[in-house]
Parts: sequence; structure tokens; C-alpha cells
Amino acid sequence: MELDPFVLARIQFAANISFHILFPSITIGLAWVLLYFRVRFTLSKNQAWEYAYYFWVKIFALTFALGVVSGITMSFQFGTNWPGFMERAGNIAGPLLGYEVLTAFFLEASFLGIMLFGKSRVSNRVHLIATSIVAVGTSISGFWILALNSWMQTPAGFSVEEGVFYADDWLQIIFNPSFPYRFFHMMTASFLTSAFLIAGVSAWRTRLGVDGPATAMVMRTGVLMAALLTPLQIFIGDQHGLNTLEHQPAKIAAMEAVWDTERGAAFTLVGWPDEETRTTRFAVRIPYAASLILTHSADGEVQGLNEFTGEHPPVAPVFWAFRVMLGMGVLMLLVSWVGAWQFIRVGSVGGKMLFALSAMTFSGWIATLAGWYVTEIGRQPWIVYGLLSSADVVADHASATLEGTLFGYIGLYVFLLVSYIQALRYLASKPAQSLTLLHNYRGAALAGEAR
Amino acid sequence: MEQFLPVFFVMAMGLALLLYVILDGFDLGVGILLPLASATEKDTMIAAIGPFWDANETWIVLGVGILLIAFPKAHGIILTALYIPVTIMLFGLILRGVAFDFRVKAGDARKQLWNRAFFGGSLVAAMAQGWMLGAYITGLQENLTGYLFAALIALTLPALYVMLGCGWLLIKTEGELFDKAVRWGRVALLPMAVALLLVSIATPIVSSEIAARWFSLPSAIGLLPIPVSCALAYVGLHWVLRRPDVLRTRYSCLVYAALVLICLMAALGLAYSIYPDIIIGRMNLYQAAAATDSLQFIFYGVAITLPVILLYSAFVFRVFRGKATDLSYE
Repeated sequence: MELDPFVLARIQFAANISFHILFPSITIGLAWVLLYFRVRFTLSKNQAWEYAYYFWVKIFALTFALGVVSGITMSFQFGTNWPGFMERAGNIAGPLLGYEVLTAFFLEASFLGIMLFGKSRVSNRVHLIATSIVAVGTSISGFWILALNSWMQTPAGFSVEEGVFYADDWLQIIFNPSFPYRFFHMMTASFLTSAFLIAGVSAWRTRLGVDGPATAMVMRTGVLMAALLTPLQIFIGDQHGLNTLEHQPAKIAAMEAVWDTERGAAFTLVGWPDEETRTTRFAVRIPYAASLILTHSADGEVQGLNEFTGEHPPVAPVFWAFRVMLGMGVLMLLVSWVGAWQFIRVGSVGGKMLFALSAMTFSGWIATLAGWYVTEIGRQPWIVYGLLSSADVVADHASATLEGTLFGYIGLYVFLLVSYIQALRYLASKPAQSLTLLHNYRGAALAGEAR
Repeated sequence: MEQFLPVFFVMAMGLALLLYVILDGFDLGVGILLPLASATEKDTMIAAIGPFWDANETWIVLGVGILLIAFPKAHGIILTALYIPVTIMLFGLILRGVAFDFRVKAGDARKQLWNRAFFGGSLVAAMAQGWMLGAYITGLQENLTGYLFAALIALTLPALYVMLGCGWLLIKTEGELFDKAVRWGRVALLPMAVALLLVSIATPIVSSEIAARWFSLPSAIGLLPIPVSCALAYVGLHWVLRRPDVLRTRYSCLVYAALVLICLMAALGLAYSIYPDIIIGRMNLYQAAAATDSLQFIFYGVAITLPVILLYSAFVFRVFRGKATDLSYE
């Protein structure tokens, strides 16, 4: 079967970007968590915080390396897969990517060396500063790339001459209408992903019986972080939705599978959107709920997909990705709140909660990926929303070339992902370093009794 | 500004790619040498590059980034033409980059696998870069001569990286590994010279215009320092690699410094050949340049951040100066 080169180029880019986002979605949040561990240690001199840092910095370094190498791939694929995009929108996309390299990549990469391996070579202060710089760098990186992505969704501050985009106002370009929502939504997603990762791995270690005093402290940090951030994320997501309704109504219509424009639209809980018959089969609906969620009014008007015939995204993937993200959000809220309640009330969590937390270790990945599928598939058929279509900018590689490299990439990524999770399991199954604190403590207590 | 900005960016791009070669070059070279070392030597070799590789690799992102930002039309053509070698290089860089961590974190049973991935990734990336360089300096010709030449550079360029790797190991290691690095250097020296000579003669053969630029008077006399200093550096390398005591005592950085000189001269020569073209014989840098407003916006960024980046990079190299010690997070 000969697949269309355009479809192949999209699958390849989607595979890359999906693989890449897994790692920054951990490191952006985890960098700040590590800084928090270091600050707690510096202030309290409680050795357990330092051991927590040592354990998680290992995972951070591994995750960071995977993020770096998959990110480099992406910077090349802009040119190899979408040369038309850079030729047409390069005046805008180029500088934003350039600023990411100049203000974030070098900063992270250079100070990462000191953060990881420089602890015995520099003072505690310099090490703390290096750790802060890495954390700031990862967030700056997110700032620029989300500015570009948001501009592609809600372009502003530009003019077009003979099909080429020119920058008119950089502040409008960077702070385009959807940028603040997307930026905070992704940053919070990253903090949530790392919160569930640290809580989940700690819970798993506890179930294995290799936990030490630091493990419980980390788990508590993760659970409380998640309990605070999940409701915040739901609020930001809701605001982001209002913004999308204003600027990209076709995306919202696909997310909700609303075919005809209507007032008091029902929310389809589950169902199978069928683009041929332009109906949703097997739909289970909640009356008025879609209007209520999207417009914050029960009889608010929601535009239907039929108003955007030929110019709306594929409905089923957007619809389902959105439901996966929402479902994850609800699960996260439930688990983190029950967990936080147990921690606050009892001081520790029960066996069922340990199981739930370890099952939720990678829940952030699922929610983040699903969210990105909603927004990116939801942008189609456009690469720059409403102005430049994806099909117009694709490179003219032969299908065979793209198929070959696609299989190569997918094979490599599956191998790396399996290796990553195996390495995580291996590191987590080793007895916690902070157990030594416990032995010393017991030893000291025994010595006290003997006296 | 319209005349100045494209020239400024092409210089910045050249600087970034030169820094990439001399910095990540030693990382890749050490990777290629890895199988020749014993298990403990392997750890030392990795420790000698561990704190630096990530920042070193970022220079190629900046180089390609500038091509993308400042010369979007050329970026599309070059990267589309080099699609396969770029993809292969990326596979190599991915394997090399993750192997740093996996080889010590995935358990002892898998260390051997990741050592191999480290070696394979480094070699593949180096060869793919050689192919890209070879294809680029012959004007991206899609014919047999073009492919043959690219293949030739792909086979010989890794020798330059191996030399840089040896030069770096001489600075960072001592004892038996140091002696090994000297021996490896002696072997790799000649292939490196062949690679550089091939690159040097390719461009004048491909383009009579470039040949005229090099071999007509009086410019030929003005250009003489480039081949002469390279020849002197080569003789110096040949001499000093047979006197390891000189290197061991005080001048351990001599080999690396001579290689940096050679790379710098090669870059200057290449720049002189190609300028003002960005794709030889097809497109010059003014035709490929992005809109002046966009270039101006990123110009301020480069002008401010690039010196700062160089400063803190120097700081990092200073923190990790001296012989390599075991990598530890504690």
C-alpha cells in the first residue's frame, strides 16, 4: 500500500513530537521539585532531603538526556518535513525558535553539568544557583516554544505579502491571544506530571519495601502538589476552553462533536462521531451541559461542525483525546485529594492508596499527550490557523523514504521508551539511600537504651 | 542593515558550526575510541566528557537554528537534500546522548549494550556529518561524483574527531589511558590529513570560480598563511605525538590546541571559498536571507546572549578543569 507522503510526514512529525513531549513534561516540573529538595535541605539540614535530591537527580538527568536528543530531532524536522512552513512563516517562527536556543538551551545544557557533577567542585551556594538556572532554563524553553505554538493556533501581530508572513509587532506575536492559557496549562501539566511521577515511584518503592524516610517525604510532596495543582489545572483548562471557543470554534465543535449550531447544546459523554453521516452514534448525552461548560450559560450558542465543512479537523480523534484528558483529570483529582486527606489526617497513606498512586505514575503523560492531540489535531487542516494549510508546506519526499525513516524512528523510540521505564524500575527497586538514616537512628536509639 | 545582517548571521552560523566541530568533535571522537579501552578506562573516558557534551551538542542546534532563522530558503533546500544523512545523524546523536545515562543507570547487565550504543551512535553521527559536509561542499549534486565524494568524506572525517578525542583525553587523563591516547593519535593523524586535503581540493574542482579565487595572484599570497599554518600544525602534531614526555609534563593541551588551529584555518578557507554563496553556485546569502525586521529582532538576541553564552561556557569548563575524576552526583 502506498501511503500519501503528506500523511507519512505528519505521522512522522507526530511520532517525534509525542515522544519528545514525554520528557520535557517531566523535567520542567521536576527541575523545580529538585530545587525545592535542595532548598529544604539547605534550610533544615535534614539529610533525608539531600537523599531525595540524589535519587531524583539521577532520574532527572536520564529524562533530560532523552528530552535533549529528541528535541534536536525536532529542530531538524522543521526543515526536513515542513520546508514550506519555514519558507512562508520563517520570519516569525525562526526568531522565536532562535530565542529558545539562545536563552534556554545553552543555559540548561551548560549549568546542567554543574548541577549534576559539580557538587564537589563548587560551593553549596553556586550549586544552588546552578540548579535554579537549570530550572529557570527549562521554563524559558517552554515559554518560547509555546509562544510559537500558540501563534500558529491564534496568529497575531503579522502581515502577509505574496504568501509570506512578516512580523509587525513582536509583543503581539509572543503574547498572542491563546498564549497565556496554553503556557500556564502546559506548565501546570508538567508540574502535575512530575508530581504523579514522584508520588507514584515512591509508592511503588514503599510497596516493594525498599523505601526509606526520604521516600515518604517525596511521596507526600508529590501528593500535596497534585492535590493543589489538579483543581488549578481544571480551572486553567476551562479558561483555555473559553478562549478556544472564541478563536477556534471548529476545534471546540470537534471536541464536543456538535454537528449543528445550537443553543443549550448537550454534552456527549461518550459516543462515536461519524463524519460520513455527520452524526454521533451511540451517544450518551447530558442535556445543556456543553453550553454550560463552554459558554458558562445553559442556553449559550455552540457553533456546529457543519458550519466549517471541509475546514474542520477530523472529529473522532479530537473528541476522544479530549475525553481521555478529562477522564485523567478527574482521576487525578480523586486520587490526589484522597491521598492528601490521608497524609494530613493520618500522616501516611494506606495500602490501596499506595496501589492507586503507583498505578497513576505516568498519568501525567497520558493527560499531556491527550491534551496535545486535542489542540494539534484540532488545528488541522491548518498549520497556521485559518491562513496556511499543512498540505501546502510539506516536503516532497518519496513515500518509500518517509516509510523507511518512520519505521526507524518508531523502532528507536519504542526501544528507548522501554529502556527508560526499565531503568526507572531498576533505580527504584534498589534500597533507598535514606535507609542509612534509619539504621543510624536505630543504632543511636539502641545505644541510648544501653546507656 | 540590509547588507550587514546577512553577513553577520552567516558569521555567527560559521562560528557556531566551528565550535560544534571542535567541541562535540572531541565527544564523538572519545565515543569512537571507546571500544579500544578497558572497562575502567571507559568510565574515565566518559567522565572526561560527561559534564560538557550536552552544551557542546547545542552548538549544532544553534548553527542549524541560524540557518533556519536567517536563511529559511536555503535551510529548506539543504535539509531536504540531506534528508537521509540528517536522519541517520540524528539516530546516531540520539543513541550517543542517551547512552551516557543508560550505561550507568540501566544495571550492569546492560552496560555492555549501552557502551556499544555509545560507540555506534558516535561513529554513525560522525560519518553522517562527513557525508553532509561532502555533499554540501560539492554543491548538493545528486549524481555519482557527488555521492562518491560525500562517501569519501564520510569515511575520513571521523579521523578528525578521533584526533580531537585524543587531544581531549591527553588533557583530561593520565597513566595508561594517556599512553593509549598518544598511540591512537599517531594512528589517526594521517587519515585526518587526507580528509582535510580532500575537503580542500574539492571546492576548486567543483567550481572554477572558487579555483580562480584561490590560485590567482595576488590573493594566493594573502591566503598562504592558511595552508602554511595547517602544514606547520601537522608537522608539530607528528613531532609531539612521538615525544609523549613533552605532553605529559606540562603541555598536555598542545595536541588539542594544534587541532583547534587546523579547524579554524579550515573554516576560514572554506568560508573564503564559498562566500557570498550559501548553496554553492545556486543561491547567495542575500537571496536566502529572511526579512530584515525579523533579522533585526534576533540580531539583538544574538549580540547580547552569544557573549554571555561564551562566558558561562568558559566558567563551566573552568569548574571542571584538570584531570577527570569519577562522575558523581554527590
